[in-house]
Amino acid sequence: MRKNSNGRESYLFDRATIADIQKAASDGIYKIRGFGAKRKVPHFDDLVFLGASVSRYPLEGYRETCGANVDLGTRFAEKPLSIDIPITIAGMSFGSLSANAKEALGRGASSVGTSTTTGDGGMTKEERGHSTKLVYQYLPSRYGMNPDDLRKADAIEVVIGQGAKPGGGGMLLGQKISDRVADMRTLPKDIDQRSACRHPDWTGPDDLEIKIRELREITGWKVPIYVKVGATRTYYDTLLAVKSGADVIVVDGMQGGTGATQECFIEHVGIPTLPAVRMAAEALKELGMHREGVQLIVSGGIRSGADVAKAIALGADAVSIGTAALIALGDNNPDLEEEYNKLGTTAGFYDEWQAGDDPAGITTQDEKLAARLDPKKGGEKLANYLKVLTLEAQTLARACGKSHIRNLEPEDLNALTLEASAMAKVPLAGTDWIPGK
Amino acid sequence: MDETKKIDLKNTEVRELNRMLQKRDGNNFNYFNIINPMGAHAIATGLDNEIDVLIDGHVGYYCAGMNQQSIVTINGNAGVGVAENMMSGKVVVKGDASQSAGATGHGGLLVINGNASARCGISMKGIDIVVGGSVGHNSAFMAQAGNLVICGDAEDGLGDSIYETVIYIKGNYGKLGADCIEKEMNEKHFLRLEKLLDKANIKDDPKKFKRLGSARKLYNFDVKNIDGY
Repeated sequence: MRKNSNGRESYLFDRATIADIQKAASDGIYKIRGFGAKRKVPHFDDLVFLGASVSRYPLEGYRETCGANVDLGTRFAEKPLSIDIPITIAGMSFGSLSANAKEALGRGASSVGTSTTTGDGGMTKEERGHSTKLVYQYLPSRYGMNPDDLRKADAIEVVIGQGAKPGGGGMLLGQKISDRVADMRTLPKDIDQRSACRHPDWTGPDDLEIKIRELREITGWKVPIYVKVGATRTYYDTLLAVKSGADVIVVDGMQGGTGATQECFIEHVGIPTLPAVRMAAEALKELGMHREGVQLIVSGGIRSGADVAKAIALGADAVSIGTAALIALGDNNPDLEEEYNKLGTTAGFYDEWQAGDDPAGITTQDEKLAARLDPKKGGEKLANYLKVLTLEAQTLARACGKSHIRNLEPEDLNALTLEASAMAKVPLAGTDWIPGK
Repeated sequence: MDETKKIDLKNTEVRELNRMLQKRDGNNFNYFNIINPMGAHAIATGLDNEIDVLIDGHVGYYCAGMNQQSIVTINGNAGVGVAENMMSGKVVVKGDASQSAGATGHGGLLVINGNASARCGISMKGIDIVVGGSVGHNSAFMAQAGNLVICGDAEDGLGDSIYETVIYIKGNYGKLGADCIEKEMNEKHFLRLEKLLDKANIKDDPKKFKRLGSARKLYNFDVKNIDGY
């Protein structure tokens, strides 16, 4: 460092920004990556539970029962989907993930009595075969969509957007298009596959109502129909989705993961999960359907049982996990450090899920790499993780005196920051003040 | 059973109608005649039987959606998304069709004797669509596989971001969509088109048609193609 330099790194033009600018100048293309938003935004960490004390009565942590089951789709479906824990596996495509990864997700979810979800590209036999409760996504691209698979599903999720890229559609780069993926999607091998950002045969909420009705006619009104949105105008989206006839609303905050998206999209579009869950719950309450009639699933940055419990306290009926589930399977495992180093990264930083060379065998279609993931072992790890999340959420619920996790409520929470207080609309800790109220 | 089952939608709910057509009520009729559809939505959706359904009148959204095996004839006009995601079978619209006709269809044949509105054949994945008249803007948008035959004209954006679908058009087209170009028409294509027109029962001269398809320049993202995005 020169003597005259003050040695200060620019806040605006820090080393990472300079590297990004230089890469854009060199390659002429924006950065595409997987994972979710990495910058710090207000999250469930900014909330704390008010455990029972003199004014509240707790339940005994290791003895008294605390329920965790959830019934999804009780509004119109002949067969609502009942799950044993309030945590589901979010939609992730075969194509983005290996067949072994999809099987592992199915095995893990099934062993603890919860559901997993297909993704763009259709339903694989591995996934259906190993998922006792499978949600079939109905996406704008309609890759692999067919009525036979639709009827095999335990629920249908009409995907309008996802948290990592609301309004953005999807992308599966050519290096991940194997023969099988290409065949399922009716596209040539090796091309970059676009997944459309809007549905091809409907545009607004009035059309959505008719579309939902069509899906019910095709499936004989048997299974629940979810509507999934990326968190943006969540209050209005929830109102409109419910009015369109959805049984379940799925709201994915900006921290939600993706297989491949432009980084500018991941970091700059959508709102955090924290306000989104509260806004969706408010809309359901206004319609008189909160906790009765229409269920709310929230995703985007759920990592721990504390996150699960806080999301439910703010109004969710259940949560979905994607990134955390992949980490449970072995993504970013330090045991693979040498291989991450060869890819120019390190365990804990790996987000090149779009590249197809995942050493953990999860986000790849390379047969040799995919074979590294044992779906049975992966499923066991995921099941362990899901059990831990549930136990943690139950522990917190009992401490708040609740005999079921769903009985948690905003009144059980305080915020540690002004931002979280304003977004979640719970009092700043030590006060009875909520900004804006 | 050769007898035709007549269903009047003035006094039958669409839900009950589809239960019959999908054979969920155990009936063994092979022929159905639906009267007074009055623009109802989702008529004859999710069929998966070798049955013949004749609808006398206009239908709303998604008529014959996700059809498999069945032959559905609409003696009238069709609303948005007729035969959307069709897998097999045949759907005939004697009148005009609204937007997104045959959207994402994987197989089978959709015939529209009149005109089709915008986005006809959007994201089609193997279906054959024959339109006796003209089509609206952005038809065959992101079309992946199958054939779209247009006996009339097409508005702007035809074949935008097209993959491997083949478009045959007799009339004029506006500004083509990104990566869609006119291609040579040889004997093989004339024969294919002749068969498609025959199957659709539309009489026209294949020699008068032009063929359009993908230039395949946008299949992989390349900043050099920025003008095309």
